[in-house]
Amino acid sequence: MGCVSTSTVLLIVGAFLASAVEMVEALTIVLGVGIVRGWRSTLIGVGAATVVLATLVAALGPALRVVPIGTLRLVVGALLLAFGLQWLRKAILRSSGFVSHKDEDAAFRRQREQAAAARREERAGLDWYSFTVAFKGVLLEGLEVVFIVISFGSAQGRIGLASAGAAAAFVLVIGAGVLARGPLERVPENTIKFVVGLLLTTFGCFWGAEGAGVDWPGDELSLLGVLAFLGAASFMFVRVLRRRRLAVAPMEAPA
Amino acid sequence: MSYIRSFALFWWNFVVGDDWRVAAGVAVALGLTSLLTHEDVNAWWLLPLAIGLLLAGSLWREARRVS
Repeated sequence: MGCVSTSTVLLIVGAFLASAVEMVEALTIVLGVGIVRGWRSTLIGVGAATVVLATLVAALGPALRVVPIGTLRLVVGALLLAFGLQWLRKAILRSSGFVSHKDEDAAFRRQREQAAAARREERAGLDWYSFTVAFKGVLLEGLEVVFIVISFGSAQGRIGLASAGAAAAFVLVIGAGVLARGPLERVPENTIKFVVGLLLTTFGCFWGAEGAGVDWPGDELSLLGVLAFLGAASFMFVRVLRRRRLAVAPMEAPA
Repeated sequence: MSYIRSFALFWWNFVVGDDWRVAAGVAVALGLTSLLTHEDVNAWWLLPLAIGLLLAGSLWREARRVS
């Protein structure tokens, strides 16, 4: 029972956090366009992208059930590892000051300026700029959410739980956006990405190895061991890189 | 043709990202793990170790490139 709870909690937390951080980025784009150019075409773009994403989950989820679980875990594990290591790598580089932090407020201002400068073109009764920017923004950010929900859910046979985590993030981010009436720049985006990168990499390692035929000592409890190992290694990398950054450019080092 | 190229590039960036060596290393580590388990060696330790080394190598390369 304890083992099942470990993977279930990590699954929901992972899907929730990954979805939340992507939705914050999508919200910045949608708000930037909607506030400047009006909401009708923008929201139709958001709706169209949401339909495409929901269709992907509905189509791919059941289709993956016919793949043997060992093969599925090997492939999903490899993809999650490649994907999760990108997030983790970027989060470590940001935390150590080698890459600048993403500024949602600056992105919001940029989005507003571009929306104000773009010329008006009506197609199918829609402001085409608002529709396409909102559609592409939500679709591209949402694809990462879909990838995570499907890979997390399918490898554990719990797409419903992963989707619930993503849905909770959707409600929270949209609610916070409506209340704030602006981008959620105070969300600790890099910290969340750090945690999500760790979770994606941990699950990728666990399922990839299981798919390759490994029997983990302690079964699902070893997820915590892998998470602790990768977490400790990542914090060590941040410290080492910070020191190197200070040695190279002491005046530019982050606080 | 450019549409197909853009589509392929999108998925390459989506899955592989900035450092292709990490993705290639993951594939090699998984292959080695599979080989060892087929030889009755329960190589659960190999993948976490490989991930740590791949991440360290990728970070080191990026830090050197930036500075």
